[in-house]
Amino acid sequence: MPAADPHRAIEAVWRIESARLIAGLAHMVHDVGLAEELAQDALVVALERWPESGVPDNPGAWLMATARHRAIDHFRRNKLLERKHAELGRELESQEMAMPDFDTVNDDDIGDDLLRLAFIACHPVLSKEARVALTLRLLGGLTTQEIARAFLVPEPTIAQRIVRAKRTLAEARVPFEIPRGPDRAARLSSVLEVIYLVFNEGYSATAGEDWMRPALCEDALRLGRTLAELVPNEPEVHGLVALMEIQASRARARVGPAGEPILLLDQDRTRWDHILVRRGLAALQRAGQLGGALGPYALQAAIAACHANARTAAETDWRRIAALYDALAQLMPSPVVELNRAVAVSMAFGPEAGLELLESLAGEPSLQAYHLLPAVRGDLLTKLDRLEEARAEFERAATLTRNARERSLLLGRARACAPGSAPS
Amino acid sequence: MRFLSIYKTVERGVPPTQEEMARMGKLVEDAMKAGYLLATEGCLPSAAGARVRSTNGKLTVTDGPFTESKELVGGFAILQAGSREEAVEYARQFLLVAGDGECELRQIFEAGAAVCAAPRV
Repeated sequence: MPAADPHRAIEAVWRIESARLIAGLAHMVHDVGLAEELAQDALVVALERWPESGVPDNPGAWLMATARHRAIDHFRRNKLLERKHAELGRELESQEMAMPDFDTVNDDDIGDDLLRLAFIACHPVLSKEARVALTLRLLGGLTTQEIARAFLVPEPTIAQRIVRAKRTLAEARVPFEIPRGPDRAARLSSVLEVIYLVFNEGYSATAGEDWMRPALCEDALRLGRTLAELVPNEPEVHGLVALMEIQASRARARVGPAGEPILLLDQDRTRWDHILVRRGLAALQRAGQLGGALGPYALQAAIAACHANARTAAETDWRRIAALYDALAQLMPSPVVELNRAVAVSMAFGPEAGLELLESLAGEPSLQAYHLLPAVRGDLLTKLDRLEEARAEFERAATLTRNARERSLLLGRARACAPGSAPS
Repeated sequence: MRFLSIYKTVERGVPPTQEEMARMGKLVEDAMKAGYLLATEGCLPSAAGARVRSTNGKLTVTDGPFTESKELVGGFAILQAGSREEAVEYARQFLLVAGDGECELRQIFEAGAAVCAAPRV
């Protein structure tokens, strides 16, 4: 039997260990960019040695020890300490001036270091694209090439983005810390936003041929689950995890045999992933148990849970969903939420009620290029048997979407509205 | 992608010690927290189980214990991994705690999400 490919085995170890490694190193050297380079150096050594020696029993500890040695070399070589000394003058004496404490990091602190790493990778000083790339790179263990493929951008673009992000963090002297006080909520919400962006990019690919890129969903779920254990008392973290678990549970039911999308209410619910549904409902329960009103993620998760709890589409509790959207619209008013609320209202109280809500959105500038507005209008008009109007809406929606699969779905619905075509 | 890990080991006839339970408990907890372990269960002794077999349409049921087999299924896990090698690494970490035995890793068929089955690279 051929032996397992050692390089692939090492890549796997890297994916598992790299975040903890970088986090621990960043704690020592107070510089995320340097920490990542040191971790990469350790990886290079592993790639040289492990094919001969085999993967050590505790590869994480091995990589950390190797990277520590590199760090010590680095500090000796660069005489960084002296420079720092000159730079900082008398202000900081003994403890800051000492050699970085290479023994302070132990297993109990690593959770806090991971959290610091998440906060710094999602720091508001960075653009959203940079936060996403840096998070996937530092916390997700993805290579630049993998990130580039996932986001359908050229590899040098991502490489540049990461280099610039690290430089920005260094120039802004962003500390490697867990924010406290009034800053904390905003910083945490940036971390959650980045994770959800990654998830959504995987769950409904905004461009390209594929309807979804599941690997990104898995990365986001992993990040979310890890974060939920790092900050277990933050209800919105559990809310986000719940939302992602429940949405991901529908992955295999929302794509047909030819790769075409299948809408929620048409999905075969027996094909939902009940392991993920269960995890999602448990996470939502944790969010609820922490007390207080549900936040935006938990509310969206609660809506998803309504669907997850309905054995058939007909059993969906639309009144509850409409009420949850109502709460969401007050907490996070947005035309998209309003659009979803209109759908829920139409299901609970009839298509006319939904159309009425949509009227108020017709002039909304941010929705002018949003394909779901005409798509929903088309759907409600179909239900009211106003087929000619419905067809125009579907056709308009088809011209607005950037996703090829979705376009063909919408054109199909437009054709079905044509006079003489069989009712669907 | 997902893997079913079927753990097979020699039946010892004695329950695990407190310390063994604690070590395994910690591994499972860490793995759940890390998000790669989706589900896992351990089995009671085979004396509590049975084998149900169909041969040429004829059904036979054999109650445990299964004394004729050397290694028996002792538990299972469902792992989420980015590659087969990653699943192997998780199985290795498990065996370091569980001791002698084998994890048979089988990639789980994920219908409708065929893209899922392809490795990332």
